[in-house]
Amino acid sequence: MKLLTLNFLTCAVKACKSSSASFPLHPKDCELVSDTIAPNPQLVYNVLPRIDWNALVTTASELGFPTLPATAPTKEELENDEKMMKELHTLLLETSVSEGILVCGNCGHEYRVKEGIANFLLPNHLV
Amino acid sequence: MLPTPSTSHVPYERVYEPAEDSFLFLDTLSSGSETAFLQKRFSKQSPTLTSTQSSSPFVVELGTGSGVVLSFLHAHAASILGRQDIITTGVDVNRFACKATVETVRAAEQEQDARALSHGFYLGNILGDLTGFIKLGQVDLLIFNPPYVPTSELPRLPDEEAKITTAYERDSHLLSLSYAGGMDGMETTTRLLQSLPEILNSSRGCAYILLCAQNKPEEVKKQIKSWGSKWAVDTVGGTGKRGGWEKLQILRIWRTQ
Repeated sequence: MKLLTLNFLTCAVKACKSSSASFPLHPKDCELVSDTIAPNPQLVYNVLPRIDWNALVTTASELGFPTLPATAPTKEELENDEKMMKELHTLLLETSVSEGILVCGNCGHEYRVKEGIANFLLPNHLV
Repeated sequence: MLPTPSTSHVPYERVYEPAEDSFLFLDTLSSGSETAFLQKRFSKQSPTLTSTQSSSPFVVELGTGSGVVLSFLHAHAASILGRQDIITTGVDVNRFACKATVETVRAAEQEQDARALSHGFYLGNILGDLTGFIKLGQVDLLIFNPPYVPTSELPRLPDEEAKITTAYERDSHLLSLSYAGGMDGMETTTRLLQSLPEILNSSRGCAYILLCAQNKPEEVKKQIKSWGSKWAVDTVGGTGKRGGWEKLQILRIWRTQ
């Protein structure tokens, strides 16, 4: 699954819904894969306004990517910053998590990613 | 007619095979009235929209099975939604269905690439139960072909640690999850309907859900109308009346403001 997926996922445990610590989930021992994707600036421009930039900054730093700026670049800034555009292209479009664990910062529950598929089925006692 | 994605790689002994309900989704989503509705709703060019409202739509299918519906929407995003910059993901309780969907999307993307045509941006499939792990208010377009057949009980959700005696038992359990809907065939659909107001985006959110006649669709519509004037519901696709009633129908549920 694409790294960008982490921007849309929270802990599945009901009691964690009200806690800001349940988003984003924290990757642990993750294997990353990079697929080469043709440049698609329009997609990057249109994805950026809808993502949680702070969560992306956290995810990128936890996975060891170059530090992102504190605020999301505007379209105009990106048009003039080839390096930033390339970094975001790699991060948002090309990078996937193939194996590893996603941990909830609130309850500590661990969601396993296996063959690129994250398992959000909860054990019975947490449903 | 937009081409139907290939699903020849899917193991049908444990993953729901595309059937009348799946094809009703393809026909409905690509019909003139629905493409007009979706293109207007997800239009990029409108002077009154903020950049958040015109940003890439997030499309989620629950219960992807073979992946035929999600791949269709993903591959033909430009024709159906009027834009190719959609972000798509699928959810299923069956790991084999998740893997099958990944393959089906990949094959559909290759078809589009080979014809120099566009497709959406697929995040991958998630093994999970409905939407409990998706951040609230994010889903712009939700598709659900639920387990709608009335059954005396609802099969338990897969538990990877559970001891299953034979592969045959496992496979029939996985298949039962794709169709068995419990009382009135509505137990899973009711749970999803209850979560719609918080899961759907507060301005663009829209859902397509399939029902069969035993699900009492008129009652379902009445219930959605009781949510108030900010919601609308309409039957936008059906298999045609037989003996006076519609066997299968697709409801479109959307925010109106």
